[in-house]
Amino acid sequence: MSSTVTESADQPTGSATTADAPVTRAEYCAVAVADAFAGDGESIASAFGTIPAIGVRLARLTVAPDLLLTDGEAHFVSGTWQIGADPHATEGVVVEGWSPFRTIFDLVWHGKRHVMMIPVQIDGHGNTNISAIGDYAQPKVQLLGVRGAPGNSVYHPTSYWVPNHSTRTFVPTVDMVSGVGTDSARAAGPAASAYHDLRRVVTNLAVLDFGGPDGALRLLSLHPGVTLEEVRAATGCDLHVEGEVPATREPSAEELRLIREVIDPRSLRDREIPA
Amino acid sequence: MADKTLTARDAVSRLEPGMTIGIGGWGSRRKPMALVREILRSDLRDLTIVSYGGPDVGLLCAAGKVRKVVFGFVSLDSIALDPHFRAARQRGAVEVAEYDEGMLQWGLYAAGIRLPFLPTRAGLGSDVLKHNPDLKLVQDPYGTEQLVAMPPLRLDAALVHMNRADAQGNGQFLGPDPYFDDLYCLAADQAFMSCERIVPTAELSAAGHSATIKINRQLVAGVVETPNGAHFTSCAPDYERDEAFQREYVKAAGDPQAWAKFEKRYLSGTEDDYQAAVAARAEEVA
Repeated sequence: MSSTVTESADQPTGSATTADAPVTRAEYCAVAVADAFAGDGESIASAFGTIPAIGVRLARLTVAPDLLLTDGEAHFVSGTWQIGADPHATEGVVVEGWSPFRTIFDLVWHGKRHVMMIPVQIDGHGNTNISAIGDYAQPKVQLLGVRGAPGNSVYHPTSYWVPNHSTRTFVPTVDMVSGVGTDSARAAGPAASAYHDLRRVVTNLAVLDFGGPDGALRLLSLHPGVTLEEVRAATGCDLHVEGEVPATREPSAEELRLIREVIDPRSLRDREIPA
Repeated sequence: MADKTLTARDAVSRLEPGMTIGIGGWGSRRKPMALVREILRSDLRDLTIVSYGGPDVGLLCAAGKVRKVVFGFVSLDSIALDPHFRAARQRGAVEVAEYDEGMLQWGLYAAGIRLPFLPTRAGLGSDVLKHNPDLKLVQDPYGTEQLVAMPPLRLDAALVHMNRADAQGNGQFLGPDPYFDDLYCLAADQAFMSCERIVPTAELSAAGHSATIKINRQLVAGVVETPNGAHFTSCAPDYERDEAFQREYVKAAGDPQAWAKFEKRYLSGTEDDYQAAVAARAEEVA
């Protein structure tokens, strides 16, 4: 990759792109996202949000080289392009297939896809809400609608990205179950649980999964600088904690280089997760 | 062969209050907005709208045309939410049937190929089942699983917008994605297709691979030429979404007075008036 990127007004000056600058929270999050896709093979990685977009591109360059990524419109594309850039205007990016919504819908139900969605609410078993807050007949806040969350969550691996880990997001019960949690899948029977596979929840504070008793939300690691008490206070649902919780792993020098110089040289990650 | 060309007004005159109308496109992409605007000018009301929703749903809700929305999402893509749909829901002004977006496809497909249902796992374990109490499960006759039996979403009429069409009703998409427009036509008693340009049939096959002529004439009751007719949604490669106009739409929707001004400027006249106002706006900004 060339280094001809022009300095833009929004680019933090100086240290953000130098190799020895301290690792930012956004970078810990991006690496944790990449780890969530590790070993996925020839699977479609669909990512919502800036950090997940960085994470899946990083994963394809490191731990999951066979991932399929789309241009966000209707094509599978190989190669790597910068966050905020047009893949079709990027040298080395090649269209490798046609992926209109019709095809994506087939491939969702086929199962070789791993999505990372952004829930507005999530509970202690991974039920998530992107539909409506409050009374369903007359919501306090109408959101996007369930979109593909019900199907995604029962047909293929599903992870979540929570850029603002708080008691508003992690709630005892969600108002409208859009993405299906571990308890709901079990209760709905074998057809719902056959391919149900909740993987990770990456937040701005921590990494979690559903490896607790009976598919309960479990704390896997704390991002450096975050305390267990802080996460507990920001989590409004039950949280399973086993023994000493490790720190989220350090990015390698190569991962930092890829994030800072190849994938996100404009540091758009700092807008989602301020340094 | 029959010449099916007609005006937007004639097409909308064939619709009736209380009808179930499917609207093609996706979010804020290739929506038949000229036909939607014609509905805004009509006396139609109490409509049930089936849509991968965008500003079509928002505008119809704002004008009080909608009794019920059948949807999986309503979004403007570059702006996450449509403000009018949001407001209508938060006032309790519209009923909804909310499905997973794959279930919506299945419902249109079941209607199109005349099946009583199509089975799917989508919906199981979610509150889609709770809020659509009419949805039933079906037993796999070969095995043991219980699946959702998605019923047909039969449409009284479908409205879609294509890049090109011929006068007989063959329709062509030239952008990246056909969306589900052919399924809407398949599911409808009568489908009206607007397009950027009506051309001789031979120009369709010359413009692209025959796979892009996604809609065939037996599915189409009427063809309407509406240049810039998807505005302000995208209609690639003819034009991209008018992002500045969409922002103005969203901003105006947040305030009754601003919305009244928006309506007066853009929505009070004919389609020609609309297009003139849009052109004048573009001049002002430039």
